Order: sequence, then structure tokens, then C-alpha cells
Amino acid sequence: MTEFVGSQSFIGLIYLIASALFILALRWMNAPPTARRGILAGETGMVLAIGGTLLQLGIEGKLEHIAISYGWIFVALGIGTAIGVPLGLVQMTAVPQRTALSHAFGAFCVTLVGTAEYYLGGTNIPPFKMSVLCCEVILGGLTVTGSLMAAGKLQEVLPQRPITFKGQNLFNLSMLVVAIGIAVYLVRHPGAPHLYPVMVGIALVFGVMLVIPIGGADMPTVISLLNSYAGLSAAAMGFVLNNKLLIVAGALDGSSGFILSVIMSKAMNRSFTNVLFGAFGQVAAAAAGAQEARPVKSASPEEAAGILAAASRVVVVPGYGMAVAQAQHKVRELYDALTKRGVDVRFAIHPVAGRMPGHMNVLLAEADVPYDRLMEMDDINGDFPQVDVSLIIGANDVTNPAAKTDKSSPIYGMPVLDVERSHTVMVIKRSMNPGFAGIDNPLYYMDQTLMLFGDAKVFVSNIVKELGHG
Amino acid sequence: MGTALVDGLFVFMLAGFIGFEVIKRISPLLHTPLMSITNALDAIAVVGAIVLVGRHESKLSFILGILAVIAATSNIVGGFLITDRMLKMFKSSRPNPKTGAAGTPAKS
Repeated sequence: MTEFVGSQSFIGLIYLIASALFILALRWMNAPPTARRGILAGETGMVLAIGGTLLQLGIEGKLEHIAISYGWIFVALGIGTAIGVPLGLVQMTAVPQRTALSHAFGAFCVTLVGTAEYYLGGTNIPPFKMSVLCCEVILGGLTVTGSLMAAGKLQEVLPQRPITFKGQNLFNLSMLVVAIGIAVYLVRHPGAPHLYPVMVGIALVFGVMLVIPIGGADMPTVISLLNSYAGLSAAAMGFVLNNKLLIVAGALDGSSGFILSVIMSKAMNRSFTNVLFGAFGQVAAAAAGAQEARPVKSASPEEAAGILAAASRVVVVPGYGMAVAQAQHKVRELYDALTKRGVDVRFAIHPVAGRMPGHMNVLLAEADVPYDRLMEMDDINGDFPQVDVSLIIGANDVTNPAAKTDKSSPIYGMPVLDVERSHTVMVIKRSMNPGFAGIDNPLYYMDQTLMLFGDAKVFVSNIVKELGHG
Repeated sequence: MGTALVDGLFVFMLAGFIGFEVIKRISPLLHTPLMSITNALDAIAVVGAIVLVGRHESKLSFILGILAVIAATSNIVGGFLITDRMLKMFKSSRPNPKTGAAGTPAKS
């Protein structure tokens, strides 16, 4: 029995079971009722794989040597847990930056293991292994710094505005070409250890350069793309170590990130290359500068409450501004107050609302809004003509009708929520400054639109107070 | 090495297709938890790092391995924890009508 337990086929079987559990985990994630079962499957697979690996290590290693290694491994697992727990307990509004940070950690692990493998292999690394190893560390390296930059921008430690300079794309492209050139050289001549750090260094700098020209509103696409890179680098690590479980997990993560990036770019009507090399903010700022001040209608919380109370169908459109103002709990109170009066309240969620895929759903779920009230854009767009009031809270570009009509608009062609078809539109906004992308929104000047100026949280709670009196 | 490569590519191809089919079906409602759970699953790279530490072939590989185990473990623990917290929050209005009869308001 011990022979079998320590053998390659035993650990292979364990990894096979873990792979199946990982696939089931994602399968069960498809809808809320089964999703928590998915976590259990994922955790079981993880524990099996780690346990099996430790067991095999103990059986094949030398006794006095392995005791020391075990000690260090458990210390490392302990430290990792100590770092992981606070990262798992962050506030829901901080989830985008937490996610970016964990992409960086995952890619960091992969890059370190790849580097160790390179220096262990020395001059004897066969060409195939060397080429996947180069993929692993280049993808891993750029994901580490790219994700750290993204996390910094989301946490607002770094400026959210795109940082651009002349010849940026050419500079970035030539860096990538040099890194790939070094990789090709290393595949043919693995015994050139002085070139290896240069390649990793370029990948790290490339990650920074890739993310600095990207503005806040493009973060959902970038996070998804970095997610995909992290997965692909882990799959490449699986090839280097000839570990099929890693290949499976990496491929699942890679395809997940890829699908999300495609959904995000489609929702913005932009291609990948455009997101990565477009430097969106600049074009937009130029367009906004030409706008003149036009009259808008505004309303007080009392008036807004009156209109909402008289409505029978209300759609709330949340955006990043709701997250910034931490207004989700007040929005839930508004939902409760209106629902109690028999008003049908639903939420229209644009795929790129917020800073990462699904951001708004998580915030509203945190505030106890039932998830069957949260509608996807395609499901609710046809209903807007029957909607009495659309209440926009901290969203801008995703409601901009110019995307449908104005060919000169930088967001022309982007699918948007058809809020202007509802009878009344109310927009909670701090001031008339354009949103993050800096694009003016003609919605605000329409006849049926009322601007509610103020902080989202304060304004919504004033409306709730008014509804309580009446 | 040749067969190992082809085997690996087979696994990668099949897992990629399964990934596409499975993930396509995931409701956009759960895209944030999806990203955090794939993050945790991806940290299975920890097994590679554990083997690196266990073999203790050089001082450098040992130290890099330790750091890699720390980074991956924090992703496993943090990733599963936050996914679970998020999923606990998703409640339907139907089985749990907190707001009384107003769970499914008048449609007319």
C-alpha cells in the first residue's frame, strides 16, 4: 500500500479528482442557489491536492532532510493564511482592488517558481521546456506589475487619469519585441544566465507601462485581461513542471478571464487593442471642452420623493458613483420604502457599471437587495417605455444616448441603457462635471430629465425621509 | 519530452473548451465571485512551489519556493473566504420575503 501511496499514479489520481472538483466548482457557480456548493467543491479539491503533494514529498524525500522542509512549508502556509484572511475580509467596496492584488500574488508565485526552475535547470533545459518557461515568466512578470498598478489606481494611491506620452505605443511594442527576442535566444542558448534577469525585468516594466495609460472606466476590461494572463501563466507553469492539474486550473482561469474581457469590451464597443492602446481619456477630454453650458432642470429631495411615490414602475440605474458614495445601503432603504407603497422597483445593471465585472451586483447584494430584482441590460432595455421613473445613481456613460445617435461621440456604438425612453429620468449627481471618461451627456438636457444635485448617499437618504413622512 | 508536450496540450485544449462552455453559462450576476473563485483555484500553483521547497535543491530555489508558497496560500485562503462572503449575500425575494407580501409587487 505504501508503494502505491507514494507512487506517481497515486498523486496523478489525486490531481485528477482535484481537476474534476475544480470544473464542478465552476459549473455550480452558474447560479446563486448552487454557487456555495461550488466553493465547497473547490476547497475540497484544493485540500486534496495540497495534502497529496505533501504526502508524496514525505515518502520520496530523505528523512532528516524532509523534516526541515516540512517545517518551512508549514511556516509558509501559516504566513500565507495570515495574509489571506484579512484579504478575504475586506469591505465589499474594496473588492476590485483586492482582486487586482490577488492577480498580482498569483502571478508572483508563478514567476518565482519559473525563475527557480530556470536556475536549477542551468544549461540543460530542453528547448520546449525553456520556451514555456519564458512564456510563464513573461506573462507572470507583466501580470505582477500590471495588477499592482491597477490595484494602486483602484485604491486611488495612484492617479486614475490615463498617463500618456508621445511614442508610448511604439515604446511598449519595442519592449515586448526585445523581451520575446531574448526569450528566443534563451530557448536556443539556455546557458546565458545574465540575459534571464533582463527578460524578467523588461516584463516587469512592460506591465507598468501597459496599465498607466488606462483610465478608471476601463478597469473592468483590464482586470479581466490580467485575470486571463494570470491563468495562462499558471498553465505555462503546468507545462514546465509537467503537472496536469496546473494546466487544467490555468486553462479554466485563462478562459474565464478571456470570456469576461470579451464581454467587457463588447459592452464598451471597443476592441482589446483599443482598450490597451487607446488612451481613451484624452480624446474624450477634447470633445467635452467644446460643450457650452446649457440649461438643466433640477429638483429637491421632496419633489423627487413625490414623483417616486406616484410612480408604479421605477428602475434604478446604479454606477461607480454609488460605490464611491457608499450609498448602496441607503438605496436599499429606498427600495424598501417604495416597495412598501406598492411601487415595482427594479435595478438595471450595465455590464461595465463599476470597476470590475459584476461589481454593482455584489454591492447591492451586500445591501440585501434581492438578486431577482437586478436586471441585465438586454433584459430590461425593452421595458423602459413602460417605466415611469428611471433613477440614475452615480452612473453616466452607460446611460448616454449620444452613444446611439452622435457619430462624433467617443462612445458612439457602445450599448447603453435606454433610460431616456422612460417617462421621467432623475439623475443624482454631484455637479454638472462630466463623468470619468469626461464625456458630456445629452440626457441631462432633455425635457423629461430632472437633475438631483448632491452626494448620492445624502440625497437618497433625504428621499427616504420624505417618503417616511408622506 | 515530446509525448509529455502533446499530452499537456491535449489537457490544455480540453480544459480550455470545458472552461468556455461552463463559464459562458455563469450569470453576469455572479461575475465578481467568479473572478475571486478562479483566483483561488489558480493558486493551485502552490503545489509546484511546495515541491520546490521540499526538494531543497539549491538555496535560491528554496527561498523562492517559500515566497511562492506564501503568495499562493494567501490567494487560496483570501479567495475562498471572500467568494463565500459574497455568495452568502445573494438572496432571492421569493423564498425569503423579508418585506412581507411586497416581495413580488403589483405587476399591472
